Formats: sequence, structure tokens, C-alpha cells
Amino acid sequence: MKAQITDFFKKVKTHLLSRFRKIKLPREKPKITPFTVLVHVVAWVIATIWLIPFLGVFIASIRPYSEVQFGWWNLQPFHLDLSNFADAWAGQSSGYPLGNAMFNSLLVTIPATFLPIIVSALAAYSFARFRSRTKDLLFFILVLLQTIPQQAVIIPIYTLFNNLHLLNNYIGLILLHTAFGLPWQVLFLRNFFATLPIEIEEAARVDGASYFKIFRKIVLPITLPALASLIALQFVFVWNDFFFALTIITDPRLALAPQVIPLLVGRYFANYSLLTAGSILVMILPIAIYVALQRYYVRGLTAGAVKG
Amino acid sequence: MMKNKNKNPFFFLRRFFTVSRLFLIPAFIFLMIFVFYPIVATIYTSFFSNSTGNFVGLGNYDFVMFRGVYPLINVPNLLQGTPPLGGLINNFIWIAIHLPVVVLSGMFLAVLLRDVKGGTIIKSIVFLGVVIPLVVGGVLFRFIYDKDAGIANAFLSLIGLGGLTRTWYAFADTALLSIILGSIWIWTGFGMIVYSAGLQGIPVELYEAAEIDGASRWKTFWRITVPMLRSTSIVVVTMTVLWELKIFDIVYVVTRGGPGGTSDVLAYEMYNVAFFGGNYAAGSAIAVILTLMTIGFAAYMVTRMSKP
Repeated sequence: MKAQITDFFKKVKTHLLSRFRKIKLPREKPKITPFTVLVHVVAWVIATIWLIPFLGVFIASIRPYSEVQFGWWNLQPFHLDLSNFADAWAGQSSGYPLGNAMFNSLLVTIPATFLPIIVSALAAYSFARFRSRTKDLLFFILVLLQTIPQQAVIIPIYTLFNNLHLLNNYIGLILLHTAFGLPWQVLFLRNFFATLPIEIEEAARVDGASYFKIFRKIVLPITLPALASLIALQFVFVWNDFFFALTIITDPRLALAPQVIPLLVGRYFANYSLLTAGSILVMILPIAIYVALQRYYVRGLTAGAVKG
Repeated sequence: MMKNKNKNPFFFLRRFFTVSRLFLIPAFIFLMIFVFYPIVATIYTSFFSNSTGNFVGLGNYDFVMFRGVYPLINVPNLLQGTPPLGGLINNFIWIAIHLPVVVLSGMFLAVLLRDVKGGTIIKSIVFLGVVIPLVVGGVLFRFIYDKDAGIANAFLSLIGLGGLTRTWYAFADTALLSIILGSIWIWTGFGMIVYSAGLQGIPVELYEAAEIDGASRWKTFWRITVPMLRSTSIVVVTMTVLWELKIFDIVYVVTRGGPGGTSDVLAYEMYNVAFFGGNYAAGSAIAVILTLMTIGFAAYMVTRMSKP
């Protein structure tokens, strides 16, 4: 009994200490019970269910259509055929070169990722640092603005862009994406700024730095992790966007990458080798961004949920 | 001193353009031009006739709801129970099936994968559905549901249901259900990731206390995990319902609302009416209905969030 009690206190002590010193807790070896075995089996079955479509897309894309037509899982015969990628990229059989469209997508996505970050960082800083009577109301409005569907603005935007000759023009699309990125970015950054200690900025203020200088020299550098979240999410949002691109870019030569995918599907017939190769080309970049910036991506997505 | 300041002609300007307001100006301009103005214009357009420009009150709403080519609520078909039931009804069906499945499986996966070796990898795999463009997601289902090339039909044949094989999204009775099922595959990762973040916010002490008290796994789950995830659940439910209401890309790529409007949804019908049919007033009316639903739901959930 006494041994148990001392043991218990020892555990509590290491546990508490681990909070302060970041000691790794001695982990008990997990016992293998039927339950844990079951959990692992279920988990990996689920992973397989989620992987099969991707596996199918991959295998179909590297084989000629004649082999894929009646099932990519029939591996007899198996011929490696990478011409599907070349075909989708150059657009020989569809007439819509995906390589070109991906370049166009980058032309839109890169500015539409960085421009809203600058604008929202300024606004969020103002929200977090300066008092205002209408702030709560503005906040509620920002939350609701996040929920505005793209369809709610598209008809007046279409007319406006038509008058300003911004249809089939990437500048209009970039500005539109900037505006639609602002509400969630301002909320996200404001929550981040609110956690930063204000003392450093006050000291800089006493030393005579201007607000803009404080913002640029002090606030922005410590905000880099939050900015990484914004970049990861906004890049993927804009790259993946279909509706705005579909309505504003109507010239097939200017089409963006997601727009070309439906064009690879024939009216009554789909060449799945070509289609899956094109899909891989279009989704590779968002997946790469997600893998590279996974931590920041997830943090950006879950920021609202954790705060509660 | 005071007197001098008042004599400065720019004094009033300086008082109005405080630093805090200057920082807000770019965001304000963007939101004004690309969000507020178009919304007001959309609401305005929805009350006027598309052909004559006369004020028609709720005429456009009546038209899109009950009398259009693909009315949002197809009353006669609804009474008989034969598709197409209408875009609005289809959105509700989508929510009725998709929401509970996605929320429950998201929570289930988050709890399950917390203790599994390689759980992080499985989470990343499941989450890929959220990262890839929805257009590519749509292509994935087309491929899966295809009569000859699709693995869904191969699976049916394998378990002895070979008689049922068909291209699932191409038939009036299964089109909607098949894309809803596919969209579950896409969106489950979202709930899972947000719940995983929520789980990390639950203090370990609660579980330790439950273990000491000898609570079963089942009881721990229902008495600790689920109640502690309440605010996370509100976030997941809100985001999921908004996603379901705004669904567009998948429908466009897989079925184009067909066959015969059976898989039509609000967002797609809005595009269809406005940009294929050229009826901007009717399109605006659908956009207003959609926006009222998203904003109304979000506002309701935000007020619920702030209540204990």
C-alpha cells in the first residue's frame, strides 16, 4: 500500500514537472487487447476506403484507355503509358491545353493569395489594437459575411465587370477573390493579434516609432506563422475555386485549371485515362501545399473551433 | 495650444482619419465594391421583371419557387413522391442525409484515430478530400460510378449484386443519392480534423479522473468527450450546412442538375437560370433565397454559440 502511494505521488510529480520542463513522460507500453486490435483494423480499413479512389485515379492515369475502360483493377495486361499526362497538358485530344490553364491559374492565385493578406492584416490590426464602439457590430457583420454565397454577388459583379471590361480579365477575378477572402482572414488575424503582448508595441511607441513602422517592424515578423496559415488556405481556396472562374472567364483560351477538367469530359463519353491524368495535374498543387504547410493549414481551418 | 490646433484646416480631417480607421479603409473599400454593393443590387434586381424592367414584387420568387422549368419546389411531384422534387427540396435532402453522417463519422474518426498508430497519416488521407478541388472530386465520382470503368459496380458484382450495375449518376432515381454519397466521402475529413483539434482542448485530467473512478470507455465517451465537444460541434454543423447549401461544383461536373432536374440544387439552378437562361431577375431571386438561408442559419448558430 505504501509503495503504491509513493508510486502515485511520483507519477503526479513527473506529470506536473512535465508541464514546466517539457520532460517526456515515461510512456507505459500500450497493452495489446482485442479492443486495440479492433480499433487498428477498423482505422486501416477506413484508410483503404479513402485511398481506393486515389489509387484508381493514379493507376488509370498511367495506363492506356483501352485497359482502363473495363476496370483499372484488372492488371492483365498492364502497359505503362504516360502519354495521358502529355495529352492533358498539351490538349491534343480535348483542344484545351491544361498546362496553359495551370499557368493562368497561377497568374490569378498568387496575387489573389497575397493581396488579401496585406489588406486583412491592416484591418485586423486595427480591430485588435484600437477601441471602437461599433466593433462588436462590425464583428458580427464579418462573421455573417463569411457565409455569403458566391451566387449572391455574381450577377451585379458580372454586369459591373462587363461595363469595366474586366470580364475575361484576371485583374477583376483577383480583386473579387481578395474581397471574398477578407472576412475570414480579418477574423483569424484579429484573434491572433489579440494574443500578442501589447507591451513591445507600447515601448516602440514611447521610443517614437510610427504606427505603420510598429506594424511593419514588430507585428508582421511575429505574425509569420499566422500568415503561413492564411497563405496555405487562401492559395488552395483560390486555386480550387470554380464558380467565379466559370462566370467571369468565358474565353476558353483564358480558362483556369479547374475549368478545363469538365471540358475533358465528352458529352457521352469520358476518356478516363485522360480525365484522371488531368485531375492529378490539377490537384497536385493543393495537395503539395497541404502536405508542406499541413500544420498551418489545419490551424487556420480549426482556429474558430478551438477558440469556441 | 488648443486654439492652435483648431485653426489647423486639416484638424477635422485628422480627427476623422485616425490611424485605426486608416488601417480599415482598404478592407472597407473592397467589401463595399465586391460584397455589399452586389448584394444590394441582387436584392433590387430580384424585384423587377427581367424583360420589361417593371416592378413585380415577389413575382420572380413565385416564378422560381413554383413555376419555372425546374421549380425549386415541385409541388405536384412532391405530392406523388417522384423526382425531380426541386432544387430547394434536393438541398434539404442533401442536408438530411449528409449532415448527420458527416458529423457523426467525423467525430467517430477523430476519437478512433486519436489512439491509433499511424493515425496522423490516416487523418491526412481522409482529409485529402477537402483539399482537392471539388471539380476533381466530381470527376472522381464519375469514375467510381461508371458502369464499366467504375469500382463501385465492380464491388457490387463481387458481392453478387451484378444485376444492379449501372452508371449511378445518370438515372433519375439514383442521381441525387449517388452524388450525396460521394460528397460524404469528400467532406468527412473536415469534421474529423476540426474534432481532432477540439479533442486536444479537453483536459487530460478529466479522462484520468474517469479512469480512476472506473468509468467504461462508452460512458467516458458520452459523459466527457461529447459534452466537451459542444462548441466544436456547433462549428462543424454550421460549416457543414453552409457547405451543403452552397454546393455547386460537384453538381456541375457530375450531373449538371440532371437527368431532368433530379439532382438540381439552389446554387446550380441559380447559375442555370441566370447564365444559361439569361433571366437575371429570376437568378437574383434564387440567389437571395440562398443567401437568406445561409445568413439566417449562421446567425442562428452564432447566437446559440454564445449561449451556455
